[in-house]
Amino acid sequence: MSENLQTSVREICRACNNDRARMMDIVLAVQAKYGCVSSEAMDTIAKAVSTHRVEVESVVSFYAFLSSRPKGKVVIRLCNDVIDRMHGADRVAETFRQELGIGFGETTPDGQISLEYTPCIGMCDQAPAALVNDVVVTELHRSTAQHIVREINRHMDPRRLVTRLGDGNNAHQLVQAMVNNNIRKAGPVIFAPSDLGAGLAKALAMSPAEVIRDIKTARLRGRGGAGFPTGMKWEFARGANDQNRYVVCNADEGEPGTFKDRVILTERPELLIEGMAIAGYAIGASEGIIYLRGEYAYLRAFLEHMLNECRNWGILGQNIGGKKGFHFDIRIQMGAGAYVCGEETALLSSCEGLRGDPKNRPPFPAQKGYQSHPTIVNNVETFCCVTRIMDKGAGAFAQLGSSGSPGTKLLSVSGDCRSQGVYEVEFGIKLRDVLKMVGGEDAGAVQVGGPSGRMVGPDEFDRPICYDHLATGGALMVFGPECNVVDIARQFMEFFVEESCGYCTPCRVGNVLLKERLEQILAGRGEREDLAYLQELGETIKTMSRCGLGQTSANPVLSTIQSFPAAYEALLKDTRTDGFRPTFDIGAALGEAQAIVGRRSVHFAD
Amino acid sequence: MSETMTITIDGREIQARPGQTILEAAEAAGVYIPRLCYMKGLTPHGSCRVCTVLVNGRPQSACTQPATPGAVIENDTERLLALRRNIIEMLFVEGNHFCMFCEKSGNCELQALAYRFGIPAPMYPYLWPKREVDASHPDVMVDHNRCILCARCVRASRDLDGKNVFQFVNRNGHKRVAVNAEARLGDTDLKVTDKAVAACPVGALLKKRVGYAVPVGKRLYDHEPIGSDIAAAHKK
Amino acid sequence: MAKPKVATTSLAGCFGCHMSLLDIDDRILKLVELVDFDKSPVDDIKEFTGRCAIGLIEGGCCNEENVRVLQDFRKHCDILISVGDCATMGGIPALRNNIPLEECYEEAYLNGPSVHNPKGRIPDDPELPLLLDKVYPCHEVVKIDYYLPGCPPPADTLWEALVALLSNKPVNLPYELIKYD
Repeated sequence: MSENLQTSVREICRACNNDRARMMDIVLAVQAKYGCVSSEAMDTIAKAVSTHRVEVESVVSFYAFLSSRPKGKVVIRLCNDVIDRMHGADRVAETFRQELGIGFGETTPDGQISLEYTPCIGMCDQAPAALVNDVVVTELHRSTAQHIVREINRHMDPRRLVTRLGDGNNAHQLVQAMVNNNIRKAGPVIFAPSDLGAGLAKALAMSPAEVIRDIKTARLRGRGGAGFPTGMKWEFARGANDQNRYVVCNADEGEPGTFKDRVILTERPELLIEGMAIAGYAIGASEGIIYLRGEYAYLRAFLEHMLNECRNWGILGQNIGGKKGFHFDIRIQMGAGAYVCGEETALLSSCEGLRGDPKNRPPFPAQKGYQSHPTIVNNVETFCCVTRIMDKGAGAFAQLGSSGSPGTKLLSVSGDCRSQGVYEVEFGIKLRDVLKMVGGEDAGAVQVGGPSGRMVGPDEFDRPICYDHLATGGALMVFGPECNVVDIARQFMEFFVEESCGYCTPCRVGNVLLKERLEQILAGRGEREDLAYLQELGETIKTMSRCGLGQTSANPVLSTIQSFPAAYEALLKDTRTDGFRPTFDIGAALGEAQAIVGRRSVHFAD
Repeated sequence: MSETMTITIDGREIQARPGQTILEAAEAAGVYIPRLCYMKGLTPHGSCRVCTVLVNGRPQSACTQPATPGAVIENDTERLLALRRNIIEMLFVEGNHFCMFCEKSGNCELQALAYRFGIPAPMYPYLWPKREVDASHPDVMVDHNRCILCARCVRASRDLDGKNVFQFVNRNGHKRVAVNAEARLGDTDLKVTDKAVAACPVGALLKKRVGYAVPVGKRLYDHEPIGSDIAAAHKK
Repeated sequence: MAKPKVATTSLAGCFGCHMSLLDIDDRILKLVELVDFDKSPVDDIKEFTGRCAIGLIEGGCCNEENVRVLQDFRKHCDILISVGDCATMGGIPALRNNIPLEECYEEAYLNGPSVHNPKGRIPDDPELPLLLDKVYPCHEVVKIDYYLPGCPPPADTLWEALVALLSNKPVNLPYELIKYD
């Protein structure tokens, strides 16, 4: 057995050229085959790729989808984000627990099925949803959850859980998913019909510098959320003194409430691939990487197929478009469940086969990125914009949207509204108009940009969605008039506490402390001074953290305190007369001892 | 590339050489920027964030940020002092730091920073994590209760000792230092003389049988705040 | 004019901080000129006789009785000072804070190497205060105004702090007087 494992693990390593940088592929393959990357497997991998065992352990222990301890052959990962809970994920969780007879984080005694929670899997518009191995199951309720467990127990084949197929390419034979695209509004940039290869052909008719100039003329900014000018990024990379350059697509769409990239990957992959090729031409790269989040593994075969198609169509390959010396191809790098890998330098770490720790900047990726070579990392939607800009012209693009934010934006709308799904809107649209469009007019609060964004109340609904006002990477989570914004903030903090890479102090510790105090406040153990405490703590995390995760993780708290002070004030009472700090709960502190000793307290009888 | 550049720290102009970090340039000019994960001779890590300064208004870790011509840096301000104090307090409540019996007390850089910042007690709630002690090695012990995840042992073992005895495992608050063996330090090729052992700023990695050798009053930080030597060296 | 009153107590502590207070040597004569002692082990007054200006708390809270006493101090004292590492962070008793409480009880009353307990039961005598789920630093139980860390804090630290407070001056201790050991 053990010899078998070693042989097979060595085989996996060999298939990856015993390349330490392909560590993610290696450990993912071992995990898929054995349900874990055991201690023995780590030793074998370390030897095969000439690294240290602890380096392998370091990677395996970082990612949620990897494990050193055996998991069930089937792992059910129920999404527990805010939207899924709003739509009944807790009831589904209860059913899973009952049907399986285990708790979350546990495996059935026969070692067959594991049950876990996972943060947003990009299915908020069809929540509650879960991953059963790679298979996505959506719109769950008690009876479907029961059905899933019974079916899995019967045949152990998650693929057979797909009894209906979603719209568009979700029904493609290489996808076969029950996922729906829910494209509610198609706009002129992403979802309009496209002329395959036209953008690339026009780019190739220009010089690379002219392509970059056009991207700058179009004033394209990154669609992932940060909004960095794309042309400038490309120019930095092109100007870097290193001929070995890389184009990386960030398809690690992990911001809770965001799912628009999933829809692009399903319906417009050729637009993305073409955009990456254009980028390759512009910066002088011959290699591209699509970093696909582990949650979207069900799209992998389809995307591989589309890459092949693009090779056939001459969008990828050698001397593309007859341009002598322009070679460009793309590989897919799978992620393994780590939100922080959506941060571009963490993503590159992951591509290099390391823990998903962000890197120190400078140097910036455009100077020294993937394997220390100049690298541009752009969002899926950004590359699609590139293709369209090349095809239709920078001027046409710049005319769309608002002056500071040209073009369109895909919004992933979910929550308390009538029509959840993806909307392609022009920048500058007022949030109120979006709410009208989606049937969420009576919203009490909207989380713009996911947990790392801002929670806004009705008095801000007239602000426009654009980089300079309400900026968003795409997520709009709509909450009804009765929502408890403090509890929503607590759930977001739960997410950040889990997803912090732990590299820097303020993010690793500070978020835990923020969450702790929100829990106290929600339990009625808050005091007025807590507001100043939360703000100072939040500002510390924001200012002192090393990467974008920590720099934005306090936003749920800071923005709800700012926009919904009354929600906090209602929870903070200064009515204690016993002299205790509000956070001190004498009943809770004594409960355990009373049970062990078997008598009541004499000092605190009530 | 021998010409220097001028940068300004707290209104004072100092000279920096190309390639120097802000922390190094400041230190050479006798300006102490508080730091914890930084250690001379190791690749800067930028994880503790204690050395955060404002560079042209933007927060950056001074240990990783290169000096650039004309950079205007704020270091010794009330606000940064408060933010750094918060970071130090976080580290105290994150682990289990019992200074009263720790062999490193008086020579501990975390404790010394708390002294320097005049922290009487951290204002955050203690988290009391459950952590392990590994005493399997004949000459060295690891007390994870005191570990602040600064990566100094990780870097020293990898870059100075050429051994990779230590590396981080897990993420978020569960992140910890692991050893290059199934589980125990005793099963690694660590030697007590390795630079990694001496690199620990706190009492997490300790030589056995040599504790409490220096009497109270004669330890590194008993009389002068940490960093005093930097200003003193410049005056000479 | 009546002298301000000072009260002291040792909760989950070792009395080392009180020893340190006595270590102010002949300054103790000056201290009794400045203040009267109310509830304190120093004079063995068991209950508060009135309002106190300052309460010195040694030790953290490990059981219900500690909590009751601390609550009483907060009620009677204008200024409460956490004295020593046990009061400020839990100290040695807090070493149990990541050990399940049941295990602590069992070690103390059933399994410990020196335990003689033929009944084999954890005692439920009301004289034995119930343990809290963990040892709390004083400021996690009541509001604390000042902290004097140290194990124990040096006599000079206690003296400087007391004199400053009694003369309505800010407590500004020099570098060498704030130490955690």
